[in-house]
Amino acid sequence: MPDPEWSKTLKKIQEQFGDHVIEMHNQLGQDTVVVSKSVIFELARLLRDDPELKYNYLMDLTAVDRYTRKPRFEVVYHFLSLEYNTRVRVKVPVGEPEPEVESLTPLWKIANWLERETYDMFGIKFRNHPDLRRLLLYPEFQGHPLRKDYPVTGRQPLVGPKDPQA
Amino acid sequence: MEVDKGGGPDFGFFTSRLDKMIGWARKYSIFQYPFITACCGMEYMSVACAHYDIDRFGAGLPRFSPRQADVLFVVGTVSQKIAPVLLTVYEQMTSPKWVVAFGVCTCTGGFYDDYATVRGIDHIVPVDIYIPGCPPRPETVLNGLIMLQDKIQNQKQEI
Amino acid sequence: MSDSTTVTKDIPEATRPAVEKTTKNMLLNVGPSHPAMHGVIQISVELEGEVIRKADIEIGYLHRAFEKHSESGTYTQVFPYTDRLNYVSPAINNFGYAAAVEKLMGLEIPERCKYIRVIMSEISRIADHLTCIGASAMELGAFSVFLYMMKAREWLYELMENVTGARITISYGRIGGVKADLPKDFAGQCRHALKDTREVLEEVDKLLTRNRIFIDRTKGVGIISAEDAISFGITGPFLRSTGVAYDVRKAWPYSVYDRMNFDVPVGTNGDNFDRYLVRMEEMQQSMRILEQALDQIPEGPTNVDPEGRVIDPDLMADLGKFGKTAGLLKNETLLEPTLRGTEKLVHLQIRADSKQAWIPPKEQVYSNIEALMNHFKIIMLGHGIRPPKGEVYNMVEGGNGELGFYIVSDGTDRPWRVRCNAPCLRPMAALAGIITGGQMADIIATFGSVNMIAGELDR
Repeated sequence: MPDPEWSKTLKKIQEQFGDHVIEMHNQLGQDTVVVSKSVIFELARLLRDDPELKYNYLMDLTAVDRYTRKPRFEVVYHFLSLEYNTRVRVKVPVGEPEPEVESLTPLWKIANWLERETYDMFGIKFRNHPDLRRLLLYPEFQGHPLRKDYPVTGRQPLVGPKDPQA
Repeated sequence: MEVDKGGGPDFGFFTSRLDKMIGWARKYSIFQYPFITACCGMEYMSVACAHYDIDRFGAGLPRFSPRQADVLFVVGTVSQKIAPVLLTVYEQMTSPKWVVAFGVCTCTGGFYDDYATVRGIDHIVPVDIYIPGCPPRPETVLNGLIMLQDKIQNQKQEI
Repeated sequence: MSDSTTVTKDIPEATRPAVEKTTKNMLLNVGPSHPAMHGVIQISVELEGEVIRKADIEIGYLHRAFEKHSESGTYTQVFPYTDRLNYVSPAINNFGYAAAVEKLMGLEIPERCKYIRVIMSEISRIADHLTCIGASAMELGAFSVFLYMMKAREWLYELMENVTGARITISYGRIGGVKADLPKDFAGQCRHALKDTREVLEEVDKLLTRNRIFIDRTKGVGIISAEDAISFGITGPFLRSTGVAYDVRKAWPYSVYDRMNFDVPVGTNGDNFDRYLVRMEEMQQSMRILEQALDQIPEGPTNVDPEGRVIDPDLMADLGKFGKTAGLLKNETLLEPTLRGTEKLVHLQIRADSKQAWIPPKEQVYSNIEALMNHFKIIMLGHGIRPPKGEVYNMVEGGNGELGFYIVSDGTDRPWRVRCNAPCLRPMAALAGIITGGQMADIIATFGSVNMIAGELDR
């Protein structure tokens, strides 16, 4: 239900990917669109290459664990257009048991590290990523800490005692 | 604070004088290895520079190789990932060596009670002086350094 | 400089060694504990002689679970963790996070508070650039420059201490305002410190900018093109040195930056020397902003009592309990020093006028019941600052570029997700490509100009 007041970004996304758009809103003046994960690569390419949109910055790539809602994770992308000075947020719901989404590495070089970090923290795999391994934690670490069911104090030491009070 | 003052029946007059002299020499020529990780590093830089000069205590020359250093200043939070590196650096140092835990993250872990932080480096290496503070003021650091110098002076020196 | 082939040619055929000398590339680890690393990072390089063939960067040695901790406390309890993100410019992180939550809640902060935020941010930014240039100059051999920069930084730390009470980890921002007002003579102290800092910067300029050795080591080294920088999403001085003039303070103005006159310095080549020049010029522009802010800041708290009476706080609380509140609201009272910043007189100037976000002035809490209930509702567990359900992304200009906070709220008093978009992650991702093909010694120069702060990189 696109509002005629909506920005050209949202209108263009609605035109091209209308049947894959789950939700679209403009709360607090920030354009947000929720799409299904099958079109994210094409959508990102449209955002980057279209001469009227020109979102040449991938500002952020992260995920949110919604825990009890299904699908469980939501991968959030933030884009910025330097020329038109606009921003847009794209959210992609990704479900368990095998959370997986297409990688944006061919389009932006920074997606490499941002996706590694998202994999490290949430366990979301990225298809066609050249080198998907942990970024911030060590390879011996089991589990994905930013998931809501991982305890804050779940220590897995490499050296030293597991429980410091012991 | 209990230190091994080296007293005892077979500790004669000349050996104790010699110990004190070696202690005096060692305490005024500290070669530090600054193992800097986090925010305390900024206070370390302040301590090392003009306003709160650490050089006037004889500790102003950082040696960037563990083989050449005698005091290991662990400055800033030690995470689980860097703990093996800290242990390696400590083991590479030759004795006599001392360890200073600079900042509350190295003393007890600070407020980072999480999956990625070591709650105090004394779980990994033996510590001589704990300097708490987040980050400690430079005057606190200099106080800690003076305490370390007292400890070095009064302990039984191995040659 | 002769290479081995010409030497071999000079040896006559009969005596030349028969065996071909083969070489193998060497793997060298720079870090994680290395003197030239501004924090803990590991750069593994494959060296062929002095030239780098491949490089890999390993980060995460200071991962302290900022995002996980912010989910386990209330919104205000996140502030100490934000201090320790970019620990050389903590005020900017504080205010970036506070502005994000305020956007989510729809709070409007008063004018004086906006000016205070701009002043503290610019002081932090100058401290950041001083540290960066000082440390990278030290690694290239200019030790005196480091000492001069640290001397200047100490003056700024004294300013911070006079305002906030702490030197580095200040926790000064609050949701809806700042912790306490500026001290009375702050403008004079600040101007004095700026004058001294300008002298130091002039000295450093004379030492470095036309110095043959410094130019040789930094010019033409560590070059990145504008397209690559954009593909890596780099912002801040790193991007501006390539020629793209993107500054969040100009493009998406926040606080009172739209009322300030300042320029955004831009380089041309994208090499280390340009980054040094951009940072030096940015410090000058920050000082310009500071002076304008000090001139324009609206007046401090005004004395509401026309007769000039000061009443003892215990007496005031007692009278209030007996219901003798007539005229009490207009009286000035002197609270204990530990409650500084909570007095009625400063309140309206530094905090948003909103019952949902702010505890009322202490004089009112101690004397009437409505304020006490308001106080209870903010402090107690389960109550407190509860932004409406939703999400927001707010950006500020950090020392290294665009610092973004993405906050998801589920309506309770604890954040559901706080994401910090660190500006120095991006040049670090690009670093492996930049140093490849260069020489071993250039890693030091390039890495110094990235201004990596491990607290921000690894969060």
